[in-house]
Amino acid sequence: MPTLNDILILLPEFYLVAAACLLLLLDAFMKPAQRPLLHWISIAVLLVAIYLVIAGQPPQAVTAFGSMFVRDDVAEILKVFALGTTAMVFVYARPYLIDRKLLGGEFYTLMIFAVIGIMLLVSAGNLVTVYLGLELLSLSSYALVALNRDAKLPPEAAIKYFVLGALASGMLLYGMSMVYGASGMGGTPSLDLAQLHNVMSYTTAPTLLLFGLIFMIVGIGFKLGAAPFHMWIPDVYQGAPTPVTTFIASGSKLAAFGMAYRLLDSGMGDLSQHWQLMLAVLAVASLAIGNLVAIVQTNLKRMLAYSTISHMGYLLLGLSAAGPEGYAAAMFYAICYALMGVAAFGVMLALTRAGFECEEIADLKGLNQKSPWMAFLMLLAMFSLAGVPPLFGFWAKVLVLEAAIHADMLWLAIVGIVFAIIGLYYYLYVVKVMYFDKPVEGSVLQVQSDRPLRVVLSLNALSLLVLGLYWGPLLGWCRRAFGL
Amino acid sequence: MFNHLLSLLIWLPVVGAIPVLLAGSARPNLARWLSLLVAVLAFVASLFLLVQYNPDGAAMQLVESHLWIASWGVHYGLAVDGISVALIVMTTFVGILVIAGAWEVIQDKPHQYMAAMLILEGLLIGVFCATDALLFYALFEAILIPMFILIGVWGGPRRVYATLKFFIYTFFGSVFMLIALLYLYQKAGTFDLATLAALPLTFKEQTWIFFAFLIAFAIKVPMVPVHTWLPDAHVEAPTGGSVVLAAVMLKVGTYGMLRFILPIVPDAGAHFAWLIIVLSLIAIVYIGYVALVQEDMKKLVAYSSVAHMGFVTLGIFIAFMLVREQGNTDMALLGMQGAMIQMISHGFVSGAMFTCIGVMYDRTHTRLIKDYGGVINVMPWFGFFYVLFAMANCGLPGTSGFVGEFMVILSSFSANPWIALFAAFTLIIGAAYTLWLVKRVLWGEITNPHVAEMKEINARETFVLGAFAAAVLALGIWPQPLVHLMDGSVAQLVQQLAIHKI
Repeated sequence: MPTLNDILILLPEFYLVAAACLLLLLDAFMKPAQRPLLHWISIAVLLVAIYLVIAGQPPQAVTAFGSMFVRDDVAEILKVFALGTTAMVFVYARPYLIDRKLLGGEFYTLMIFAVIGIMLLVSAGNLVTVYLGLELLSLSSYALVALNRDAKLPPEAAIKYFVLGALASGMLLYGMSMVYGASGMGGTPSLDLAQLHNVMSYTTAPTLLLFGLIFMIVGIGFKLGAAPFHMWIPDVYQGAPTPVTTFIASGSKLAAFGMAYRLLDSGMGDLSQHWQLMLAVLAVASLAIGNLVAIVQTNLKRMLAYSTISHMGYLLLGLSAAGPEGYAAAMFYAICYALMGVAAFGVMLALTRAGFECEEIADLKGLNQKSPWMAFLMLLAMFSLAGVPPLFGFWAKVLVLEAAIHADMLWLAIVGIVFAIIGLYYYLYVVKVMYFDKPVEGSVLQVQSDRPLRVVLSLNALSLLVLGLYWGPLLGWCRRAFGL
Repeated sequence: MFNHLLSLLIWLPVVGAIPVLLAGSARPNLARWLSLLVAVLAFVASLFLLVQYNPDGAAMQLVESHLWIASWGVHYGLAVDGISVALIVMTTFVGILVIAGAWEVIQDKPHQYMAAMLILEGLLIGVFCATDALLFYALFEAILIPMFILIGVWGGPRRVYATLKFFIYTFFGSVFMLIALLYLYQKAGTFDLATLAALPLTFKEQTWIFFAFLIAFAIKVPMVPVHTWLPDAHVEAPTGGSVVLAAVMLKVGTYGMLRFILPIVPDAGAHFAWLIIVLSLIAIVYIGYVALVQEDMKKLVAYSSVAHMGFVTLGIFIAFMLVREQGNTDMALLGMQGAMIQMISHGFVSGAMFTCIGVMYDRTHTRLIKDYGGVINVMPWFGFFYVLFAMANCGLPGTSGFVGEFMVILSSFSANPWIALFAAFTLIIGAAYTLWLVKRVLWGEITNPHVAEMKEINARETFVLGAFAAAVLALGIWPQPLVHLMDGSVAQLVQQLAIHKI
């Protein structure tokens, strides 16, 4: 029987479910003229959720519902940043949604359900919870991608996302079933991640276990968007409405890191010598494909999609170190990427207006003439993504490289750094277009006048600079979460 | 106040750039005056530094250390020795001159130009006083951003190519240094340079780390064969960008060698000293010949920079040879001192040469030598300065160019007369390309109509060129204060050369 304590541990999640249902009802019964209010209510809902997560933080890790759900520092940090970046996405999305007449309950409710999925996923203590969280996140995301259903690209992107996503979920489930089976050969079978290594029998069923592991890695690789499971990323990033892309590039990545950590470390920690190398291979493939293909992109969203793939390669560098240092570095990277991604897409949203989608790199031509401030914010995002000090992205890269060297994988660190040089080019190209090119004749480039968007976006991009100068506390939190 | 003098020096220009930016394009004059004020204040602060620094002690002075990243033990650590002080004062001095030099020349977004210059100045000062390797690296890389913008926005027609090449080339070099630093961190558990200097390393480790450092710094210096970004960057950069690039940024490379290669990997450094010496001689002789055939004035001075920086690297690594193979500390000291003086002197001379070219370019919008001729007839005062700097560039006694080169040649003679012979070639080649440049640009009849329309330098330009001229002459006639300033630190460096770490 669930006790009151269990429910209290899950309070932020229960609260969000209730709030999302309430939003649906409000949407249904509100007068159309009052619909814009939903926006502010949704942001308030997320802010309250952040408060609940922080205020209810347990002194040490606790579990609920028979260890189905874990509430530890890792989950807390990821949840705070997932909720925070989603709130930022809401702020950035408002003008976009109004211009395209998409502002309504669907967007906000689906987003909040997706966030609940993230929260379950990063708190999962059981294979079933992992799957539940993943599906809640994925299904909401599929629908979000198709939000603008009358346009040409979104439905196509959504179908691609759905088909490939379903396949990956199937793989993951298949892998889980094998691991579950293998766990039964040495004793009582278990789905509990913390119990798995007690009952997993590597001696009696190595093949089954390794097969299971491989299928699970496929699922993780898909969710991260690591090559060679990256094919959905460019199409979905380009096809989805920009606010949804922003969400997939931020909150979703935090969730993917959480899922990988839960499955690989808590569950399959004993097999780390096997998955370490698999992740290293995924990392190298992602770095190579992401960085090389990004160079030739002309569409900014697509370019950032390939850049995501390469960034997931760096994140995998940290994960493949398979130790608390590596996990701390990878989590730091995931948080850093989420902030950078939101900032970069945020600038695009700020430049998008009714009848004009800012999504080609050439659309940014001469931005420094039109709006020096927006150009500066994008410059910060680009140099941060490229990993140039003193910006935040540089330190995240340093941390994962250090983790790789710490784990005796100097070669991997060298591969990582070589691709950082290659990756530099396409970020610099964006800066070049903004600063060195003259605006196109009759250019319609104009910044949204929405004040909340401008303020939050400025804070977001400046945080990349501030955190770049003072990243100690965040690193401290990440390391403490992993017991360092 | 003096406890945080170094922080003040770094942050004053960086923070000072904010009001300059806020002045906006609507109030360009306010932006200009503000940035000049900031630059002058930074220069005054650096004079305080000069007074505060006690040249008799060899230890690092004016130490500032705050824990920056607790979980990694990274410190925001700053301190200076004589070499840093000299470079910092030169940086702030040049900082004023580039801002004065750009006054009405930069009409397009002057506030952004000035702000980028100030940020660049602050970061460069930071590089010269960081005592934590990670802090050094962050600043070392961060200087690329303002320079990238400076060349790309206010540069010449091929600026995009030049600036991308500059950024990617230098970034390429430095990332390997990052890997080496992280490796050292694994071994030592700290990024503190003094601790890293005491860390024992096997020869194999030292070799790898040496080459990782070398590629980073060699590209920055730049040494042959990784100098190819420099002519492009110089040609396309605006005048101020070229001046800072040549006068200060190139010194970051040689300064890095002093701070990283010498103390951390001395054995590998000694083992591969021949390589650097050969590369330096190639820079001096071959690049000198390359400079001779240039048709673009800026390219000519850029190549002559590569040749002159060859003297700095030669002076540093000839010291290795002298100490390790002959135990000749006195001559090593002389060579090292020569290298340091050459660093400072080249800062003033090359900065002045680029400023002169900028002055002519502003009037005619061409940098090709063949478009000039007989400039002295219309700009006699300008001609006076130009000839003075040209003489310093080819190392005439009495100018700063002579002192450093002479000392390096002298010390390399006692290492190996052949090295001295090749190094001394510069006296001929340097004179050849510089004097031939002067002949084709200044002397003779006016052959191009637009030369006849050139106006004599105005008060602002006279001030900038006069300041450079004063510095060049002062160092040439009376180098003793500079030598004294750096004496203790150079002796300390030479002592470190003898320490085996294996």
